[in-house]
Amino acid sequence: MSIVTPPELETDIPEPAPEPGSTKPPRTRPRARRLPYVLTLPAVAALVIGLAYPMGWQIFNSMREYGLAQQFGAEAPWVWFANYTTLLSDTLFWTIVVRSLVFMAATALATMTLGILLALLMKAAPTWSRLVLQSALLLAWAMPIVAQMTVFSWLIDPRNGVLNYLLSLLPGVDMIGHNWLAEPLSFFFVASAIITWASVPFVAISVYAALTQVSDEVLEAAQLDGANARQTLIYIIMPIIRPVLIILLLLQFIWDLRVYAQIQLLQDFGPKGDDYDLLGTYIYGLGIGQGQFGLAASAAMIVLLITLLVSGWYVRELLREDAR
Amino acid sequence: MRRTLKRYLAAFVAVVVAAIWAFPVYWMINSSFLTPLTISGLTPTFVPFGGTLQNYRDVTTETPFFEALTMSLMVVAVTLAICLAFATLAAFAISRFRFKGRKTFVLTVILVQMLPAEAMFIAQFQMISGLGLLNSLAGVSIIYIAMVVPFTVWMLRGFVTGVPIELEEAAMVDGCTRMQAFRRITFPLIAPGLVASGVFAFIQVWNEFALASVLLTDDDVQTLPLWLRDIAQQSNLGAPEWGQIMAGSVLVAVPVIIFFIIVQGRMAQGLVGGAVKG
Repeated sequence: MSIVTPPELETDIPEPAPEPGSTKPPRTRPRARRLPYVLTLPAVAALVIGLAYPMGWQIFNSMREYGLAQQFGAEAPWVWFANYTTLLSDTLFWTIVVRSLVFMAATALATMTLGILLALLMKAAPTWSRLVLQSALLLAWAMPIVAQMTVFSWLIDPRNGVLNYLLSLLPGVDMIGHNWLAEPLSFFFVASAIITWASVPFVAISVYAALTQVSDEVLEAAQLDGANARQTLIYIIMPIIRPVLIILLLLQFIWDLRVYAQIQLLQDFGPKGDDYDLLGTYIYGLGIGQGQFGLAASAAMIVLLITLLVSGWYVRELLREDAR
Repeated sequence: MRRTLKRYLAAFVAVVVAAIWAFPVYWMINSSFLTPLTISGLTPTFVPFGGTLQNYRDVTTETPFFEALTMSLMVVAVTLAICLAFATLAAFAISRFRFKGRKTFVLTVILVQMLPAEAMFIAQFQMISGLGLLNSLAGVSIIYIAMVVPFTVWMLRGFVTGVPIELEEAAMVDGCTRMQAFRRITFPLIAPGLVASGVFAFIQVWNEFALASVLLTDDDVQTLPLWLRDIAQQSNLGAPEWGQIMAGSVLVAVPVIIFFIIVQGRMAQGLVGGAVKG
């Protein structure tokens, strides 16, 4: 679960016109000009120390040979882009990049599809049942990631897990003892399902909020013109809520790319190894695990670049919405 | 007739989906009350009749639960206090003044929230390690403050903007300085905003796992998510003590669920609010 911000990017605060005879100090006073900088200074300092400085370190050391020897004080020689070329010519790295992107896209699309369907369901259902559904969604949304992973590991426990038990109730199915985490494909399917379960509530509730803002007159007009329910949905409702859908989709992309915690915790309960890594756990293994900090830094820079590309798109959409 | 049938059908589907979605949370609570013997049976127990609190007793006494709780509370307290103070000042600046660099600051605040932990944690580990602050309250707090300041600034900005500037101006006419006017007039009015953004920051910090797992590696400085992972891992070496693991999960999750339900309205609004304009 992560929290982002309202997209209304207000551009400028209108300067209140000085009223005649007002005793308000003129804004050109040097003290008043310095004040906003003094006020933002602590926040800026916090960001510089906690983010900008490490980012600088990362850019710097992604271009140096920085391993365990350097960690203990040896000179770190400049290798410029050698770390990047090492990574980019490594098939394992590419496998993991592609795997992470596929995982991201699949999870985000599954989340969006289910979220939109549930939002439409909420719109169609009577109020009491909508409230029941919303409460259930909120419970899932509120679960801390670590607790999500422990609970799902218990649900899919090979011997005593309730999932295998329920599946085995189906005639002709015997799943008792089946380990859902053993095969890489099944492992990522489980991870994707858990993340989808946890992210659908936000999408469903947001899309539902957008749906309630579609004005009744528009829908009535569509009905008068002879549109059926399906046509109204595709040609009237979807285009109106499209901006919300795009922003939600981009947020899902961004969030489903950062799944270090989920994958790491799922590996605790199942198998470890390259076959079960996504970018987050791969970088962790490279840096903290093997002490190859230079390589890990350049891998992190590549993740950063991917994130910035998606976020840049997100911010552009926000700004475009704002400009309307 | 067909309409009502459809509505009944929708209600039915909604309730079924609700049951499926809430099931994992129910299962966590249910299992936390079951004895090891019941839980290791091949047939699951669906309702914890004759349940026991033994799992909660065991998991809090046999593991360093209270140490982890203390650590989590200290990290939350330090991070929240500093973050709210810094963010209030910055929010005041960006919503009340036009100044050079304001737009850059606002854009940075938005973009920084998109940064994944995995893109930075090696470098943050190196920095904190270089400062000799690994496994310390100060080290993890420095990183957490940078993590939560951006969205707190952004949220508070909305609240400050909601207070009419005329109120401050009136106070200034009466002889207050700008900062006095802000402190005495606007600050009390944004108290609900401080509470809401404080709760968000609490949830973020309380749940944080990735950075904590890198910065807090010693057993005696674990926060609650690390503690929960640890008991799950340790009992995973033998046959997992699922009852205890679920009791631990409940202890970590319940405060978040309670706070979350208090502020959720604002959350959904904040995330996409204003994106559809009529």
